[in-house]
Amino acid sequence: MTTPRAAILGKIRGALSGADDSARRAAVEARLSKAPKGVIPARGQLDDVSRIDLFCAMAEKVTCSVARVRSHDHVPKAVSDYLRARNLPHAIRVGDDKRLKTLPWDQIKTLEIRRGASDGLDEAGLSHALAGVAETGTLVLASGKDNPTTINFLPEHHIVVVDAKDIAGDLETVMAKVRRKFGKGEMPRTLNLITGPSRSGDIEQKIILGAHGPRAVHLIVVG
Amino acid sequence: MQITSPSFKQNARHALDDVQLQKALGNVRAGFIDKRQKAVDALPEFDALRDSARDIKNHTLENLDLYLEAYEQKVTASGGQVHWAETAADARSIVLDLCRTRGARTVTKGKSMITEEIALNDFLDASGIVPVETDLGEYIIQLRGEHPSHIIAPAVHVNQDQVEADFRRVHTHLPVDRDLTEPETLLDEARKVLRAKYFEADIGITGANFLVAETGSSIIVTNEGNGDLTQILPRIHVVIASIEKIVPTLNDAAQILRVLARSATGQDMSVYTTLSTGPRRPGDPDGPDEYHVILLDNGRSAMLGTEFQEMLRCIRCGACMNHCPVYHSIGGHAYGWVYPGPMGAVLTPALIGVEKGGHLPNASTFCGRCESVCPMKIPLPKMMRHWREKEFERGLNPATQRWGLGIWAFFARRPQLYALATSIVIPVLGALGKEKGRFSSLPFAGGWTKHRELPAPETRTFRQQWAQREALKQGGTA
Repeated sequence: MTTPRAAILGKIRGALSGADDSARRAAVEARLSKAPKGVIPARGQLDDVSRIDLFCAMAEKVTCSVARVRSHDHVPKAVSDYLRARNLPHAIRVGDDKRLKTLPWDQIKTLEIRRGASDGLDEAGLSHALAGVAETGTLVLASGKDNPTTINFLPEHHIVVVDAKDIAGDLETVMAKVRRKFGKGEMPRTLNLITGPSRSGDIEQKIILGAHGPRAVHLIVVG
Repeated sequence: MQITSPSFKQNARHALDDVQLQKALGNVRAGFIDKRQKAVDALPEFDALRDSARDIKNHTLENLDLYLEAYEQKVTASGGQVHWAETAADARSIVLDLCRTRGARTVTKGKSMITEEIALNDFLDASGIVPVETDLGEYIIQLRGEHPSHIIAPAVHVNQDQVEADFRRVHTHLPVDRDLTEPETLLDEARKVLRAKYFEADIGITGANFLVAETGSSIIVTNEGNGDLTQILPRIHVVIASIEKIVPTLNDAAQILRVLARSATGQDMSVYTTLSTGPRRPGDPDGPDEYHVILLDNGRSAMLGTEFQEMLRCIRCGACMNHCPVYHSIGGHAYGWVYPGPMGAVLTPALIGVEKGGHLPNASTFCGRCESVCPMKIPLPKMMRHWREKEFERGLNPATQRWGLGIWAFFARRPQLYALATSIVIPVLGALGKEKGRFSSLPFAGGWTKHRELPAPETRTFRQQWAQREALKQGGTA
């Protein structure tokens, strides 16, 4: 009996009959291994300083708020400042990321640190981005125990630390980084590209923030 | 879902008389077009990216079998499972089998047109499994017992006061005197109601905007975040996608993403672009334990190698319907099946047959706006013409239309006879209409003149005028 798989592939091959199979195989293998870049917009192709500025400006354009600090050591205070300014409970949900774990949290006396995945009861979550994309103000976050994906979606406020040196001009540069970090063709379970807080336009096309994910996304850009 | 495409003309007539619908359609005309134009104007490379996106998809379709195999291999290697489905019924039974073997009772769903195409919700309901739509628009129409009227804004035909009435009717556990007069309060209520559902669900079903052969990833592009909660909270994540969603690499996806959101909503990027690869990894504190992909053909492979192959480049952005004067007038439901607007006019006959969908490619003025805004440069009007030709070849259109076309063809093939006939008719019409400059009724054209007036022609035919102009030119240069 023909399997559905064989039937579908057979129909496709029948429709493509006449094509040179060995040439096709070579073309497909080449594309998959080389992953050629296409058209890269000039917008994000800037020097370091302008690229980081563009990233912050684009993030603000999609209604993120942005704070810039000199080093990771300033992150706990920046987190605390954000929570206080919005009258939020002085608590934060955070994963195991070393870049966040080793910070001087004890300097902020009353801040409660909750470790692990979010259970849906957190008002605010903290993540460390793998990268940023200046062209669109996009954050790139990889799943895992360092930065559990639930933190990106369940808390009402998502605070994301981005290292300025991880801000790339374009998405293709970030994808190259993903290949280096996880191995060519390998991926974390979830890679989130996040561009602003959650929103919906489903009621009469009016854009409202805070649909199912966070109502607010706050970036702390380090460096 | 019930196919009503064969009664398109009646559907359209009802739509034109539907006051609520006409009010809601104003939002389509007002919203989408300007936003898209602004986003396009802000990116000088937009047109070059359209060419790039088109070429990527053309290359993929010409090697679809090989990319599907490569994709399947990567999904399996990352711990996921691929299921192949030739038909809608096959896809439905794979879903049901997954639900039954895992003891699933509730299924949350991210927005997915392919699950509309296979009428999954009705099927699950009938099988005793509760499907819960989580996209706000989809949730609204699920409460109303309706289907999407737009591929990215499923509830675009619904007005705010109607949403309020539906929420009051269904959310009876909430205080009667609550304030639901603002879109914000409506969204808030849906957020709270649905938040609980994500945690209760056994299985989360999403569609896919792209499947990446390089990595075995599925990609969803959304704004609300419901698709993400749908796939990270339940134990099992099931992706249903049609075979043409494949792109070769992450870089290819990055190219097409640049034209997708801009064409759809005028955003540079949608809020959430999520790449999912396999189930949760050892040590991961969240994410699904199982990851399944159902690859659905349902008529796509039959379009390959035909004059409709280019339609398989479609990325479902909705720009064609957002710019279509016919869609603006009648909305999406009149098209009578899942896919409305120009892309639906081409795709529907291919998937349900030209016998049922033949009216759709006729519902076009061929103004060409759809093709001019299509991010994948799909020649939509040309393909609608192909369908009209097929309809004519098969004798599917009504006798009067065929008779009229026959007369036209008779004269069009005989230029001298055509010139003679028009040189008699045009002066008569010109003289009759001279006073008003237009006709408000004409024999045999009542259907046309009912809604607009026909300008009276000049007293001489175009060809006569042209000949005179040429003669003058000749005289002038001699």
